[in-house]
Parts: sequence; structure tokens; C-alpha cells
Amino acid sequence: MNPLGKKLSIILSLVVACCLPFLTNNYWLDVATLALFYIVLAQGLNVVVGFAGLLDLGYAAFFAVGAYTTGILMTVYQWSFWLTLPVSMAIAAVVGVIIGAPTLRLRSDYLAIVTLGFGEIIRILAINLDITGSASGIYGIPRPSIGSYMLAGQMDFYYLILIIAILAVLAVKRLGSSRIGRAWMYIREDEDAAEAMGINRIKMKLLAYSIGAVIGSLGGSVFAVKMSAIAPLSFSFTQSIMILLAVVLGGLGSIPGVVLGAVLVIALPELLRSVEDWRYLIFGVALVAMMLFRPQGLWPARYDTGKDSAHEADTLRTEGSDRDVQLDSEKCNA
Amino acid sequence: MSSLTVKNVTLKFGGLTAVHDLSFHIPAGSITSIIGPNGAGKTSVFNMITGFYRPTAGQIMLGNENLVGKKPSQITQRGLARTFQNLRLFPNLTVLDNVKSGMHSRTKQTVWGALWHTPAQKKEERLIEEVARDCLAFVGMDASRYRIAKNLPYGEQRYLEIARALGTKPRVLLLDEPAAGLNYEEKENLIELIKRIRQKYELTVLIIEHDMGLIHKISENVIVLDYGQKIAEGAPVEVLNHPRVVEAYLGKEEEAM
Ligand SMILES: Nc1ncnc2c1ncn2[C@@H]1O[C@H](COP(=O)(O)OP(=O)(O)O)[C@@H](O)[C@H]1O
Ligand SMILES: [Mg+2]
Repeated sequence: MNPLGKKLSIILSLVVACCLPFLTNNYWLDVATLALFYIVLAQGLNVVVGFAGLLDLGYAAFFAVGAYTTGILMTVYQWSFWLTLPVSMAIAAVVGVIIGAPTLRLRSDYLAIVTLGFGEIIRILAINLDITGSASGIYGIPRPSIGSYMLAGQMDFYYLILIIAILAVLAVKRLGSSRIGRAWMYIREDEDAAEAMGINRIKMKLLAYSIGAVIGSLGGSVFAVKMSAIAPLSFSFTQSIMILLAVVLGGLGSIPGVVLGAVLVIALPELLRSVEDWRYLIFGVALVAMMLFRPQGLWPARYDTGKDSAHEADTLRTEGSDRDVQLDSEKCNA
Repeated sequence: MSSLTVKNVTLKFGGLTAVHDLSFHIPAGSITSIIGPNGAGKTSVFNMITGFYRPTAGQIMLGNENLVGKKPSQITQRGLARTFQNLRLFPNLTVLDNVKSGMHSRTKQTVWGALWHTPAQKKEERLIEEVARDCLAFVGMDASRYRIAKNLPYGEQRYLEIARALGTKPRVLLLDEPAAGLNYEEKENLIELIKRIRQKYELTVLIIEHDMGLIHKISENVIVLDYGQKIAEGAPVEVLNHPRVVEAYLGKEEEAM
């Protein structure tokens, strides 16, 4: 796509997103709101999995950290919603580092298992701690207000999460094209070569986990006030998998791809509602077919777009096998 | 420019001694070659100098500073850069982005700068691009800057790895078999390139190489390893005719063939 076409399509999608509440019924507005939550979460995970190449099967944990921090601060300590945001982001950043630290030396499959374990730990803590309301969770979370206007309606929350989603996309985009984003990609492409080029992989991996966690927690905080009640069920393993699915389906590391993936993961099962019992089966088959025939995602990341438009473009293919893991010793000896 | 000194370095992998009590000194600004049969421990020496392997014993000094125990990234920051025997590019990224990696440790913009696109961040991004393109132009690859690294012909990938190493603004450059897999013409160009590198960037260069012609043409000093030990050192003409070298090195080469 040329730069003009790109700008136009971004403006068009923004206009559609802004007008949506006036074009649809409540049911679809709710679906759209959920899709926006998924855009935020998937972009956060995109930093970890797409940019830095660190597989994370427990990402819903950060969603939970944000939701519970906001929920607890607002119900127990009567904080204003807006004040809970920096606190939950800070807590999430620290939790991100705590979860990230033990995984630093691990690669792919081991990493997946450890992150899965951490995701479960957070969920089980939420079920068992008193402060998180045990299995029934936290309810009666107050509505946030801006000045004297209280955000209460469906539409208010749609716009709130729309703004957060736009900010998340912008932030991830800007990070991705900075020296930090490049460092993450160097690590993803070849960890040892990245280290040899002067990139402190430990520091950069922890930073990726933290940034991902902060974005996820932001989604969680808004989720808490939108639902006004939260329970451990919302932060299950399935949730982590669905977020990961959005990232992989759209295209690892691709910002428009991940937006598309998030929308599809939410919208497709809804569109398939007419076929009732079959819908998740069809969804599943579609995913399998997709991974077989287009493993790089629907809208894969492109790294060959320079500032000058006239240049020979190589197409990018990131098949899974390219990134397969080699033994450490094998790599260093090379 | 910096001198590099390896003092009584030993490296063991379990029962295997890959490098045994090795010492040598590379004067600042020189071009030195390390040669020796396959498995002699040459790459292991590089991996120790650059922090990928930790020596079982001994010291490695860059100027007056001991490098042992430092992380590879810290060592790169102190002015050592390397290439790998088997290419280790960032395969799915562009040529330009590959070379930009070198400037990471020479720049300092944080998440904040990236998020707000501060003037300082923009300035730094321009500098990164400028340095990367200079390095690419130096190896004659600026025109390929938007190509994806893995789609380049093999010879160009080797040059790209050298450009990427130069991007770290090193004082000492370590090249692990840079001529492996290159044809005659590419090798001749490589010799020119290495000489130009030393001149322009005022570097100390250490090369692992097999090609005797290449070694004769560029190195001022040759170190010969066999079974992890130094068996000879000196000017190329002397060393390559040394009886032990002929026996250890060439004898085995013939065996291998
Ligand atoms: N990571 C490692 N683990 C075990 N043995 C190794 C490792 N790296 C190198 N070696 C061994 O050390 C010896 C020297 O290897 P290397 O330094 O690669 O030799 P060269 O580069 O001279 O061909 C070989 O016997 C090799 O098998
Ligand atoms: Mg070797």
C-alpha cells in the first residue's frame, strides 16, 4: 500500500470506529467494545511475542493485575478510577519483571510452560485471596467520572476503550520503530548475534515483558469499571490463548495485522452464531486451515519498507521453522 | 585503537580442553591472523574474547581492562566487534536495520523518547541511520539497504556482517573465517576491504582464516593453534614454513582431503 492509501485507510477505520455506536444496536456495540479490549490486549502481547519473540501463554495475568488493582483500590479504598491507572500500570510493570526474570534463559517450549504456570498462579491467587474476593470476585466497582459527568452508558465505555486502543496502537507503533523496538526484533531474530552487537538481552527482554504487562493492565483497569464486577473466570488460560490467537492470526509483529486479528477473534464466533452448535467447530477449522496455508498471518509484518518508495521489495515470509530454536552450544560455536 | 592481550587462558568443556594455557598479544593497529586445523580452538578463543565463553582460567585484557566475566554486550560496548564463522545475521530484517543494530550501544533514547518522538530521539534516529548507511556504503552495499538480509547472495551476506560489526564503532575487529565460501574475486575484494577498514577506522584486526594466500597478503603477524595450544607465532613467511606448522596444519589438511 502506498503512503496515501495507508493514511486514507487509517482515517476511514477511525471514522467508522467513531460512528459505530450510531450505526448498530446494543448487541453489536457490545461486541465492538469487546473487540477493542482485545485490540489493546493483543497489542500488548504483540510487544512480547511479536516484537521480542518471547512466547507467553499466561498473558491474561496482566489483564487480571490491572482489573484487580483498579477493582480493589476503588471498592476498598474509594480511589478515583483515574488515580488507579498509574498504580495498576506500575504494579503490572513490576509483575512483568518478576514473571519475566526466571524465564530469561529459557527458549520457546520451556518459556511457554513457565509463562503458562505464572498465568495460572495469578488466577489461583485471585480465587484464594480474600482481598480479591475469592471465587466470586469483586463487585460493585463504581463508575468513573470526568468532572461531573459519570461514565455509565454502553457508549461511554465504548469511547473510553476506543481511546485506550488508539493510544495502545500508537504506543506500540512508535516503540516498534525506535531503537528499543529494533533491539527486540534483533533478539527475536538471533539472540546471540543481538548480544554480540551490544544489546543487553536481559534488560531488553525484561523491558518487553514490562511494556506488555503495562498495556495489558490498562485494558484490565478499564475492563473492571466497564463490567463493574470482575471474577477469576475472566482471566483464564483460554483468555490468554484467545489473545495469543489474535496476534498469531493477524501476523506476529504486525500492528495492523494484530488489530485485524483481535477483531476477527471476537467477531467471527459472533457472525457464526446462526449455525449455533457448529460455530466453534467452524472457527477451529478456519484457524487450522489458516495456519496451514498462511502461517505468517493474515497481514504479516513487513520490514522492507524504507523511506524511499522506489526499491526492490522482497516479500517477507516468517515460517515457524525459520525461528526454530537451536541448542545454545550449537549457536555459540557457530 | 587498542591492544588486546590474552594471558594464560584455558578453556575446558567437561573433560575436553579446547584451549590450553594460551597467551598472545595483539599490538594496537595491527592485522593478526589465527590459523590452525579444524577443532584447534580458534573460534573458542573468539568466543572467550567476546564474552560468549568464560575461560576456565586466565585473563583477557583490552588495553588495561580485564574482559573476563563481562557480558558480550558489555564487551561490544567497550569496543570489540565480531563476525561469526557461520553467518548470524538478523535474517528477516532489512540490510539497513541489520547494520543499525551496532548503534544500539552507542545511543541512549528510552521508551519515553520513543513514545513522544522527542527532538532528541529524532536526532538520534537520524544519527543511527547516518552511521549505518556510512558503514553500508563503505562495504559497497548502500544500494541494497532495503532488501531483506536473508535474500542476499551469500557473498553479500558476509560483507553485511562486516558492515554490521563496523556499525558498533569498534576499536578491535574480530573476523571468524570471513573468506569462507567466497570466490576468488570476492576474496581479493575482501583483502582490499580489510586493509581499507584498518586505515579508515583505525582498527586492530584479528582474523581467523584458512586461506594461506589471504593470510600472506594481509597479516603482519600469524598465530598458529593446534589442539588448543599455540605452536608458532611470527611474520607470515616465517611461520608458514615452520616445520611444526607444516606438520600440524598442512598434514591434517591433506588427511582431511
Ligand atoms: N560449546 C561447546 N561445547 C563443547 N565443546 C565445544 C564447544 N565449543 C567448542 N567445543 C570444542 O572445542 C574444540 C575447539 O572448537 P573450535 O573453537 O570451534 O575450533 P576451530 O574454530 O578452531 O575449528 C572442538 O573440539 C569443539 O568440539
Ligand atoms: Mg571455527
